[in-house]
Amino acid sequence: MRTFRYERAGTVSGAVALLAEAPHGAFLGGGTNLVDLMKLDVARPDLLVDVRRLTSDRVEELPEGGVRIGAATPNSDLAADPLIRRRYPMLSQALLSGASGQLRNLATTAGNLLQRTRCPYFQNVTTPCNKREPGTGCSAIQGHQRDLAILGTSPECVATHPSDLAVALAALDAVVRTVGPDGERVIPMTELHRLPGPEPQRDTVLQHGELITAIDLPPLPFAARSHFRKVRDRASYAFALVAVAAAIDVADGVVRDVRVALGGVAHKPWRAAKAEELLRGGPADAERFRQAAEAELADVRPLPGNAFKVPLARNTMVRTLLDLTGGLR
Amino acid sequence: MEVEVDIRVDGTPHRLTVDVRTTLLDALRERLGNTSAKKGCDHGQCGACTVLLDGRRVNSCLVLAVAHDGAEVVTAAGLAPDGELHPMQHAFIRHDAFQCGYCTPGQVVSAVGMLREAEAGWPSAVTAGQPAGVGSGGGDGPTGAMLTDDEVRERMSGNLCRCAAYANIVPAIQEAARR
Repeated sequence: MRTFRYERAGTVSGAVALLAEAPHGAFLGGGTNLVDLMKLDVARPDLLVDVRRLTSDRVEELPEGGVRIGAATPNSDLAADPLIRRRYPMLSQALLSGASGQLRNLATTAGNLLQRTRCPYFQNVTTPCNKREPGTGCSAIQGHQRDLAILGTSPECVATHPSDLAVALAALDAVVRTVGPDGERVIPMTELHRLPGPEPQRDTVLQHGELITAIDLPPLPFAARSHFRKVRDRASYAFALVAVAAAIDVADGVVRDVRVALGGVAHKPWRAAKAEELLRGGPADAERFRQAAEAELADVRPLPGNAFKVPLARNTMVRTLLDLTGGLR
Repeated sequence: MEVEVDIRVDGTPHRLTVDVRTTLLDALRERLGNTSAKKGCDHGQCGACTVLLDGRRVNSCLVLAVAHDGAEVVTAAGLAPDGELHPMQHAFIRHDAFQCGYCTPGQVVSAVGMLREAEAGWPSAVTAGQPAGVGSGGGDGPTGAMLTDDEVRERMSGNLCRCAAYANIVPAIQEAARR
């Protein structure tokens, strides 16, 4: 590992100022992804600003019925929080389906979102990778394709964002609160992460030195009926091949409202807006669920090695919605 | 860059000057001569380095010592401070829950941390993963006595055993949980 300077800032503005002056510096949260990437020589920060004890590490109720999650809240505390489990069960399920018990104890909420979008070639410094070294080419497109993206890919990058939490947050219309060199702002979760385009080196829209301080969940009463389903190669402790986060509000067999997001399919958590539009106001049955899933997947660009993800994503969407609405009728 | 850190390991306080790159695992093994936590993958994937950090199980290979100044660390050796084995260690021996033994200190510490989590009511993907529980988000997590095979396997999935002693590890943990 290359050496670096280590600083612990006393305030959020102090942390932002420290990093603003260090173009190759990085914030350190739980470190489960960053320290690993530093060992692999993929991440090479010359300054670490430790922010683990800087922001809130708690879940609090907001006056209008929403919930605020402090950026430093460990994944395990968030997953076990009674308010989260009652109001947004898919959020707890998403967290618990990710990583291991040990990693969830270390990883913070903001750090989970800011783990790198990646594929095995990004982690291997002996192979070309446009995300790691822009302009060197993509090894994955001609390589092992099983885990790669099927939606929103570019010729430069086909990596997926591995966070399960981010998928649930995208479905729930969460917003990310930040403080950066230009002050505070609020970013919708669905806009935090980017599609790769010609600049796959940028995973998110955050500026250098912009720190996530909290994540806000709006009130969404029907999310008390929500579910996160993850399909993977092992029963536990594996990234998603496909994941679906869904909440649905059905009355008299008709879908009044619905939220769906997909994981494991794109460079960012994929909010299934087309599927939602088709579902709203329609019958809550398997046929409509299938049509909605197919509409969402109309623009897929699979590779030979990950084409199985297309029917897998469709079937997982249908099954998740059926589970939430009482199964086949 | 070198920094001074205070860490308490298995009840004994230490003051160390370490390079900022030093992981907690390397500080334990290379600087303090405590080789209880093992270096397996060194990337947070195998769990052989598991210790209790301020009471919670973590992968010590992914933790920078400098970021945990003042921390309280317990290794598998610290679970048996005066040579009196911890109930989890007894259970592993009784069930022959190992072959080569390299993953065992990490397994034992992880299991102790995992039982505390279950007792605190933390759910797992098995507890909380059923859509039948929608609306409730799943009940409280199971108590130690109710940890099914599936619960133990899920909660211990961060600890690999290349000898595949899992068939004995699971009942060993369940026995310790009943005590």
